[in-house]
Order: sequence, then C-alpha cells, then structure tokens
Amino acid sequence: MMSGMTTTEPTKKSFWKSRRGQQVAVIIAFTVIPVFLLLLFTYFPFAEMVKFSFYKMRYVGKRVFVGWANYKELFTRDDISGSLILCLYYMVGAIVQTFLALYFASILSMKVKCGKLFKGCIFFPYLINGIAIGFIFKFFYTRGYVLDTVLHAFGIPLSSLPYWLKDKAINNWSLVYSSVWRYMGQNMVLFIGSIMSIDSSLYEAAALDGANGWQKFKYIILPGIKTIFTLNIILFITGSLSAFEAPYVITGGNNGTGTFFVIMDKVAHTSQKVGLASAMAVFLLCIIFLATILQKIFFKYFFRNANADDESLEAKKEKKKAAKASAGIARKGGMQA
Amino acid sequence: MTAKTASSYKIKHQYSAGFIVWTIFKYFTLILVSFTSVLPIVSCVITAFKSKTEYQNTNVMQLPTVWKFSNFAEAFKMANMGRAFLNSLIILIFVIIGSILLGTSLAFALNRFKFVGNGLIRNLFTFAALLPGIAMQVSTYSIMSSLHLINHLYGYNILMMGTDVISIYIFIQYYENLPISLDESAILDGTNYFQIYWHILLPLLKPAIVTCIILKGANTYNEYYCAHLYLQKPELCTVAISLYTFTGPMGNQYNYICAGVIISLLPALIVFLLCQDQIYNGIAAGAVKG
Repeated sequence: MMSGMTTTEPTKKSFWKSRRGQQVAVIIAFTVIPVFLLLLFTYFPFAEMVKFSFYKMRYVGKRVFVGWANYKELFTRDDISGSLILCLYYMVGAIVQTFLALYFASILSMKVKCGKLFKGCIFFPYLINGIAIGFIFKFFYTRGYVLDTVLHAFGIPLSSLPYWLKDKAINNWSLVYSSVWRYMGQNMVLFIGSIMSIDSSLYEAAALDGANGWQKFKYIILPGIKTIFTLNIILFITGSLSAFEAPYVITGGNNGTGTFFVIMDKVAHTSQKVGLASAMAVFLLCIIFLATILQKIFFKYFFRNANADDESLEAKKEKKKAAKASAGIARKGGMQA
Repeated sequence: MTAKTASSYKIKHQYSAGFIVWTIFKYFTLILVSFTSVLPIVSCVITAFKSKTEYQNTNVMQLPTVWKFSNFAEAFKMANMGRAFLNSLIILIFVIIGSILLGTSLAFALNRFKFVGNGLIRNLFTFAALLPGIAMQVSTYSIMSSLHLINHLYGYNILMMGTDVISIYIFIQYYENLPISLDESAILDGTNYFQIYWHILLPLLKPAIVTCIILKGANTYNEYYCAHLYLQKPELCTVAISLYTFTGPMGNQYNYICAGVIISLLPALIVFLLCQDQIYNGIAAGAVKG
C-alpha cells in the first residue's frame, strides 16, 4: 500500500501520510466515538443532574428554579432520611459475605474432592438475572413455601416463624441474605483468582517446611490477597450505600425496605419529582466521593506499609534461601545419619 | 500438645484427630453452602413441573407426581418469550461487537501512543466507574428522551455500548503485554497503524476479547433496569423484562412463574457449563481494575 519512503522523507509528503500524521489520524479515529459516548452518557447527564437538583421539575413541562429547597427536603422527608440507615444492614451483609467468600476460597483453592462442583454451585447465582432473582426469592420467602418448609423439616413449628418479607424486624435481613446468596460466589471467585496468582513455589517451600493448612493460610494466602481483600472491605461503604437490586426486585421497597436508591427511583420515575431525585443522587454521589477520597488516602498509607512489609518479606526470604543453601548440605548429611 | 504438633509435622498427611475433624468440618460447610445456594433454584425447578392443583396442595419440596412439561411452553407463550429472546439476541450481538470494537481501538490508541489528553481520557473513564449507574439514569433518562432514543432497540444498544469501563481496562492491560517491537517491525514492512491494529494486534488479543465477550454478554443479558426504562413497549422487551408479565394478575401462579424463570436462566446455565473457566478468569480479570 504505502512506500517505505514515507518514514524517511516525511517533509516531502503531506502531513497525513507522514508517520506522525498517521498516528494523529488513528488517535482521532479511535478515541472520538468512545469519548463522545462517555461524555454523552456519563458526564453530560452528570452535569444535567447537578443542574436539575436546583429545579422543581418533571421530565416534561416547565422548570422552576428553587435553589437549595430540594436538598433541604432530603432531610425533612422521613422516607428519605430513614432509608440511609438501611445501608447498615447491607454493610453487615457485605462483611459476612467477604469472610465467607474468603473461607470458601481458601478451602477450594486447596485440594478438595468435587471442588469444581462446589465452586460451580456457589458461583452460579451470580449469573441469574435480577428479575428472576426477584421471583425466586418472593417464592422462597412466601408463607408456607420454600424456607418455611425447610425450617419445618428441621422441627421448627410454622407458627413461630415470621413473615420473612413483611415483618419489619426481619425483612431487611431477608433481603440482605438474598444479596449475599447472589454475590458471595463472585466474591469467592475473585479471591480464588488472587490466591491462584500467588507464586506456587511458596507453597512448595511451605510443604517442605512441613506447614499445615492453617499456616499456609496465615503466612502465604493472607498476605497474598491482602490488596484485594482490603479493596473489598473498602468497597463495602460505597456498595452498601448504593444497595438497590435486592429490595427493588423482591419487595419493591415496601414495608420499610426501601433503600436510598429505591426511594430515588420511585421519586424520579413514579412521582416524577426529577429535581428532588437529582438532589438525592448528587447527595449520595458526594458521600461516595468522600468515601473514595478517604479510601485513596488510606490506601496510600496502607500500601506504603504493605510495600515495606513485602520488601522485608522478600529480604527474609532471601536470607532464608541463603541460610538454607549454606545449611542444606550439612542438614542433609545430618538427616541421613 | 507439643509432642502432638511435633508428630503432626513429621507425618503431615496422616490422619491426626485434628485433621479428621477439620476435614469433616470442611466438607460439612461446603455441602451446607452448596445446598443453600442451590435450594432456591431447585425448589423453582420442582414447582415449574407441577400442575396448578398439585402445586397448591402439596409441599414445595415434594417432587411432582406428574411432570408437566407443558408449563414451560405455556409460560413461554404467556410472556411472549420468543420475541424476547430475539430482542435479547439482537441486543447481545450489537452490544458485544460494538463494545469490543470501541474498547480494543480506544485501548490501542491509549496504550500505543503518547498524546495530549491520553491521561485525561484514562482519568475520565476511571472516574466514570465511580458513578453508580442507577443514580445516573435520573438525568440520562431526560437526555435519552430528548434524543428520541427511548423505545428503540438502537437507542438501548448505543447506551449499553458506551459505558463499559472494565473491558477497556482489560484491553489496556493486555496491550501492555504485547511488545511494541511487533508494531515497529510491521511499520518497517510498510503497514499502517490501522492494519497493525486490525491484522496483527487484534488476533493476539483473542483471550482478552473472549473474557470481555463473556463478561459483557452476561451483563447485557441480565441487565433489566435500563431495559425497563428505555424499552417500554411490550414488543421490545428483553428476556429479563419479559418475566415482568408474570406480575399483576398472574402474580400467584407460581408454577408458570417458575417455568418462566427457569427458561430465562437456561442460556446463562448453558454458557456457564460450557465455559466455566473463562468465566472465572473473566471475573478475576475484571477485578484488577481496582
């Protein structure tokens, strides 16, 4: 197609045929569409949302500037301010989920019979669509159906069981359970992935040293997945603040299960108070940014320490190797004797 | 105690009491969690095969006396799932091809060239990942409606294509492992950059592309929130949305609902059984973005 001379004689050819010109053409061609879509569907809506939050408006019709009134309403409406507290349930759920995931990940990354089957069973819920999850758990929790039947089989009388989705003392836990059920497997697969990426020679060395499972977990697995584990813990905050799916598809946010985003969805798309909904979204985004900045600071501090740890670990390993190498011959001789 | 640990060190794979207790505990927890994972789905499968009278009068976990396969055909017809599967398939094809092309080309430009705005574009994408999608729909909805993209499959396709941050990360990472010397020798042979991207690097990117097809495919197939906002006409509904038919007047016919649910998750199950390992790898790769 092109003569090989273009690169050696760029000045004589036109700019677009020169190497730099081609680069510019490719850069423009390859970035314009994705960046345009990003701006159109992320940053432009974001700016619009901030603007909307100062108006009293619907999607169609006239808009009235109201200043901070929408933000004030956030704290005066009971359903909105009350819904923020629900994130505590989801935070607890996320903590339990992470520890369960870590436990099963470390078991399943060692040798286990039928490991693949167990892994598949635990993971599969992650691949089910949200609406199906909604039906499955409505069915699961309905009076006299799945959960009640199973508990009854274990000898718990039906009369002592609560209405899982109606009783306000328990319904949020029921929803949190469904969310743990759905995401624990994905979490576990993440952990297994990072456990698998640990240098396998460490395990061999540990086996030579006679380490048992617990020691392997404590000294090899735990340090190896520290990063992703911390990341997960920190994501709890943002994740539980924006909890949405479980209440949206299972209870529709009724009976005191409406999390912040479920209420926001209702405000925006059912009662069409777009201004108020935008204020809610902006408010939560501010909290999420704040949490993210804190997490960045924390991470910086944490990683500096972690790196220091790694270095010293590395140094220790080196020392150990050297010591082993020097002592190796002597020890072998000793053992044989 | 000390003697015991010492002996367990020497014969580490022998059956000490602790080892046996641990093994029993390990398998007990594994079986328990697998049981709880599968229970809601299994109960659904059982109910999907029951007739109305049988499902109303028998225990949920009791196997049906007569296996009614016709429930599935009935549910399929009720929710108009043929149309829904067609819509989902069209969406999947367009969204996957679109986002793979956009993602690989953008990642190519970002990874291979230094230019003003490279860092800015990366940061824009990173920051966008922080914004929860559901919150953004409050104002995206008004933009979609002023662009007349609501109730058109292409509108939904464009929206789903444009917002994929994870695959761009995966692609950039993968490009980093492909040496620049490949490009340079190709340039000496007289190929241009577009040909390098299309003929040389894209084939090498295959593992990353497979990962992204699976991740993006699963997300797109299961997406319901935007679909129900932007595809409100019944003839445009996706598989997930078609399940909504079962709310309202049919809200209590759980044998049909369960059949519909099972139909909707069959494709996911088949893909899962066929390429488990790629899915696991994809999940792990998607997390690296941090």
